[in-house]
This record gives sequence, structure tokens and C-alpha cells, in this order.
Amino acid sequence: MTAASGRAGALMEIVDLHVGIDGTSILKGIDLTILPGEVHAIMGRNGSGKTTAANVIMGHPDYEVEKGDVLLNGDSLLDEDPWERARQGVFLSFQYPQAVPGLQVGNFLRKSVASIRGEEAAKGADFRKELNEAMDQLKIPRSFLSRYVNDGFSGGEKKRFEILQMMLLKPKLAILDETDSGLDIDGIKTVASGVNAAVRGTDSGALIITHYSRILEHVKPDFIHVLIGGKIVASGGPELATQLEENGYDWVENVAAEEVA
Amino acid sequence: MPDNQEAREAVGDYKAGWKDTENSTIRFDFGLSEEVVREISKLKEEPEWMTELRVKAYNHFVNRPMPKWGNTSALGEIDFDSICYYLRSSETTEKDWDDVPEEIRNTFDRLGIPEAEQKWLSGVTAQYESEAVYHSIREDLEKQGVIFLDMDSGLKEYPDLVKKWFCSVVPLTDNKFSALNTAVWSGGSFIYVPKGVHVEMPVQAYFRINAKNMGQFERTLIIADEGSSIHYVEGCTAPSYSTDSLHSAVVELIALPGAHIRYSTVQNWSSNVYNLVTKRGIAHENAKIEWVDGNIGSKLTMKYPAVILKGEGAHAEVISVAYSGDGQHQDAGAKIHHLASNTTSKILSKSISKNGGRGTYRGQVTVSPKAENCKLNVVCDALILDEESRSDTYPTMEVANPTARCEHEASVSKVSDDQLFYLMSRGHSEEEALAMIVNGFFEPFTRELPMEYAVELNQLMALEMEGSIG
Ligand SMILES: Nc1ncnc2c1ncn2[C@@H]1O[C@H](COP(=O)(O)OP(=O)(O)O)[C@@H](O)[C@H]1O
Ligand SMILES: [Mg+2]
Repeated sequence: MTAASGRAGALMEIVDLHVGIDGTSILKGIDLTILPGEVHAIMGRNGSGKTTAANVIMGHPDYEVEKGDVLLNGDSLLDEDPWERARQGVFLSFQYPQAVPGLQVGNFLRKSVASIRGEEAAKGADFRKELNEAMDQLKIPRSFLSRYVNDGFSGGEKKRFEILQMMLLKPKLAILDETDSGLDIDGIKTVASGVNAAVRGTDSGALIITHYSRILEHVKPDFIHVLIGGKIVASGGPELATQLEENGYDWVENVAAEEVA
Repeated sequence: MPDNQEAREAVGDYKAGWKDTENSTIRFDFGLSEEVVREISKLKEEPEWMTELRVKAYNHFVNRPMPKWGNTSALGEIDFDSICYYLRSSETTEKDWDDVPEEIRNTFDRLGIPEAEQKWLSGVTAQYESEAVYHSIREDLEKQGVIFLDMDSGLKEYPDLVKKWFCSVVPLTDNKFSALNTAVWSGGSFIYVPKGVHVEMPVQAYFRINAKNMGQFERTLIIADEGSSIHYVEGCTAPSYSTDSLHSAVVELIALPGAHIRYSTVQNWSSNVYNLVTKRGIAHENAKIEWVDGNIGSKLTMKYPAVILKGEGAHAEVISVAYSGDGQHQDAGAKIHHLASNTTSKILSKSISKNGGRGTYRGQVTVSPKAENCKLNVVCDALILDEESRSDTYPTMEVANPTARCEHEASVSKVSDDQLFYLMSRGHSEEEALAMIVNGFFEPFTRELPMEYAVELNQLMALEMEGSIG
């Protein structure tokens, strides 16, 4: 079963996506459609292909798309470079953000905003104000700005920094790859409110990748998809998260197997 | 753009600065002999002791074999007979802007350097526009009793001071190339900072505007008297295009008790240039010497800024970066000798190699038997940007006193796809992402530079990363 694929006015559509790396196929036919203002969640055990899906949407060069397509506002993203996708509004909060020693956070944020939202957005007092407000909301101290990007950051600091970037870059489609892991409940609430503010009542959308239902209690996704072995085996509303929490992934696998049988 | 005659006049009329009154064009034939050395000295109207010093150095140069280490094959290609050892200043101004390779002119443009300045930087003309700036800096210094002259004028005006310190740090028998420099030196800076004087602004060789030859055999001598301090900055991130293929400078620093000298250099040589430089300082009691040294380009650079920690409590720091691209080899590092107790030293060396470039760190730190409680810290990091490029590290530590505390760290890293992908996902092209990583890698060096140099260096590295993505 697929989630309402091909709906009109879709923000993002993943169509029959098959992806491999180094000759091994990882994603084996995924369909998923996100409408403006929607939050979707992908849940699945480690190794099920969640990060692969996120990387492919963002355009990681190491993955090979064997079949299928990824569309943003009706246009295929697959021939676009990652920075072009970013400029078109795709944002990925990384599961494992990379450190860049010597690159100062403040400088990097300003450059990224300039490149994605335009030079004007990264200039002057307005940008300062926006930056300060976002940092306050995420409880990130000002001293953070002179540190080096993800260099020596704790797990929680890395995740907060990803969300800070999301807030400043104002994406159309935000993908959060396990942003909740490594965060305490306070952090999770902050992230959730960030996502809600960015998506609800706007024409943006979000895809939250997680294997815990905790963050979903605060974001209340419109759809939840369960990814097992590179395939979406179940999709449903928020209740699916609760069922998964109670019964585990084996339960979904069995249900899915019965459906097929 | 005024013609060269006007340029010369502008420079020549300037009383307080380096001037170039002689209009005769004297150019020696290629190659070197004792006669040529004597002739250079005679033309400069030098005291006899300098003439004899030059001749001695010349003889040492002739008899001294080539170094048996470093890039011996590249060294072996130097043809000493094809080098012209003395050019009148006017000669260099008569180069034609059209002769400067297109590629280098483009780089100037991309760095946003105005055309007049481009011509000066590439040695085509004198940049007299900056004379006024230079003039006010010099007046400030004079009020404080600081002597800041070119080496030739220094010798004329302060012969005793020069005689006392010249070759006191780098003796004429030190190495083949320093001997050559001692034999044929011309230009460079002479600085004396009196006791207790702190020169607040960095003193920039950049403002020492003159058409004098672009420092093929520059000789610089800086003496900081007790308790004084100075920051000297030389070089420029714009490419130094040079038809002269051999550059062999000598820099001597003397930091008397409690003095502080920081010497910052950023050089960007075109890839036909051999840059074989001897830089050394002596730090007396509680004095501090810092070399901040950035080397970009050249065919072969061999440069190991050194500090002799002669007095108790002295401190030495060498922070260097080297960037080597296609056909370039940076053999650079540092040397520090702890001769006295409670002396401390820090070496930070960073090298990047790309497009088959080669970076070598060569370091030597010694602690003499009677030097108690010394502290040494050496960190060398290499970043290799592709499979064809290479990096080697030759650190040596000779510690003859067991109370010394030594730390040494070395790392070689590559840029990972994941790192690039992370930055690209934030809207930065692959080249921009690479430049961010590279500039980040150099940041511990860049932050030590005066702002305008730091900005220029970052822009330059961004340019270097362009077209590097296959
Ligand atoms: N770069 C890679 N090279 C080889 N195999 C990979 C690579 N990245 C992921 N895989 C494999 O693909 C599968 C899915 O990984 P991933 O997408 O990271 O899963 P998840 O995020 O759901 O934990 C795993 O079996 C993993 O080992
Ligand atoms: Mg993952």
C-alpha cells in the first residue's frame, strides 16, 4: 500500500524509487507523497534504508538511483546537484552532521543563508535579530557562533545546530534524519515546535525520520510510514506510531506479510 | 597609466622614501664571479668590510656542495649561470604588462586588485599612489626612534649597527643559498626598534614602495632592543610573477632581553620559482620570536624558519602553512634550538597538496644538555585533496635534557565525500564547499594575520579550488 501517491499539488513525490550503493540495492521501490503543510514520518529499524532515502532526496553523489524519481513541486530533482536542491528548498538535518574544523558557525550560517535565501537575507540587523531569536528559542548560547562547525560538539549540540540551520534556511521541504536521538525531552519539544512552526499553516512540508515515537507525540504527523528492508510496508495515521511502540516492528512485518498473503 | 619614466620620477622625487636616483641601466651578464661580486659592492659604494664579506661568502657558495636532502632533483635543475645577479631598479620597471601571463593577470582581477596595483605587484611599475600612506607610517616610526630603511640605505646610514649584527644570526657559512645571498644581496629591510618601544601597527614591507628589484636576493635584519616589540609583515597574496627563477632571501632577527618580534609572511610564487630562504632569529632572555609563514606556489620552496632560544625564559613560535599545486613542492617546516633553561616553543605546520602537488614538513627541535625544564609542542597536519598529491613528514627531536616536556602530534587527512555533501546540502557548490574546508584547515594560521591579509588569503584559496572538481 502506498500513501496517496500522485496527489495533485504535491510538494514532494517519491515514485517507485529504487536505490543502490556499490552494487547492493537498498531501497526497493518506495512511493511517498507530501502535500504542502503536511508532516510525514518514516519509522524503521536500523539498516532499513531511512538515511539512504534522505541522502538520495538531498542528492548524495555516492548513491545510485536505479529506478524511479523524486519530484519537488512536480519537477524531478534527480539531475540537480545537492546545492541546487538546497536552493530550491530541500533541507536535510543530518543523522551524523560532519565537522568542519576552522569553519566558524556564525560565518557558515551567514554564507548558507546568503546562498539559499539570497545575499539580502544574510545582511544587517534583520539577520542578526533573526539569528538571535532562533538561537534563544533553541537555547543555544551566543558563544556558539565562534565555534567551528560541529567540531567537538556534543550529540545534543549537533542536533540543535541542525535545527538552527533549518530555522534560518527556511526550507520548503525539511527532512529530519533522527534529529530526536541524542536530544533530551526538552530538546525534542524544541525541535517539534520548530517543525510545527515551519510547516503548519504554510506551504512547506516535513519528513521526520525516527525510530522512536516520542518526537511524533509533539509533532503529530499526518502520515506515518514504516520502512522495512528498503520498502514501505505500512502507512497510516498517528495511531500507527502508538501501535508500533506497543507491538514492535515484528508486528508490522507480520501484518504486512498477511496483507501480501 | 603614466609611463615608466613618470613612475621613476615620482619615486625618485620622494625624499624620505627609497629612491632611485640613478637612471643608468646597469645589468650584469648572466652568471657569477668574484669580479661580479666586487662590482656589485663597488656600485653600491659599500664599506670594505662588506665587500670582503661578500667575497668570502661567494667563495663559500662556490665550494659548498648542493644539499643532499630535500628535493635534490629539482635543486639539481637550477642553472646558476643563467641567473642575472644584479639588476638596476629601473630595469625591472621596464618590463611590459603584456609579458605578464594572462593567467596571473586574471588572478589579480579575480582578487579584486586595481590595475595600478596589479602592475606594481607584478613588478611592472612602481606604485607611487601608496607613497603617502607609507610616508605617514614612517614619520610615526621616526618619532619613536625606530629605524625602518631598506637594507642598502641601512648600511649607508647605520654602518656600525649593521656591521655588529649582519651575519650574526645566519653566518656566511650556514648553507649554500644563504652564502649566495650574502655574496649578492640587494634590498630587503633594516629595522631597529629602540629599548622599550612598542610599535603598535604592523610594519608592512608592502608600503616600502619602490621599483627596486623584487627581492631576488633580499636581505632583512631586524633588531628589537630590550623590552621592545614589533610586528613585521611582508609579502602579498597576489601571485608574484617573476621571470627570475631563483629567490634566495636571508632574514635575521635579534630579540634582545624581553623583546618581542613577530614576522609574518604570505608569499604566492608562480610555479617557475625556486624559493630558497633562510630565516632565523635569536631570542635572548625572556624574549619572544614568532614566525607566521605562509607559502603558496613556487616550483620548490625550502624554508624552515628557525629560532635559537639563547636566553632563559625565551619563547619561540612558528606557525606555517604551505599550499602546493600542480608541479609544486613545498618543503617547509621549522627549527628550534633550546639552549637555555625554561624556554618554550610551539610549532604548528599545516600543508595542503592538490593536483599532484607535494608538501613536506621538515622539522628539527633540539634541547641542549644544560637547558632545564623546556617545553616543546609540535603539531603538523596535512590535508591531501586528491590521489595524485602527496605529503611527507620528517620531524626530528633531539632532546639532551631529561627535564624537557615534549608533545608531538601529526595528522594526514583527506576531504571526505560526506564532509563535502554536508556543506553542499547548505547551498554551497562543490568548489565553495572545498574552499570552506581548505580555509578552515588554514584558519589557525589565517587568524594570526592582519585582517586584510587573512581576507586575501581566503579569496586566493577559493580561487585555487576553482576548476579543481573533476
Ligand atoms: N555507503 C554505504 N556503503 C555500503 N552500504 C551502505 C552505505 N550506506 C548504507 N549502506 C547500507 O544500506 C543499508 C541501509 O542503511 P541506512 O540507509 O543508513 O539505514 P538506516 O538509516 O535506516 O539505519 C544498511 O544495510 C547499510 O549497511
Ligand atoms: Mg540512519
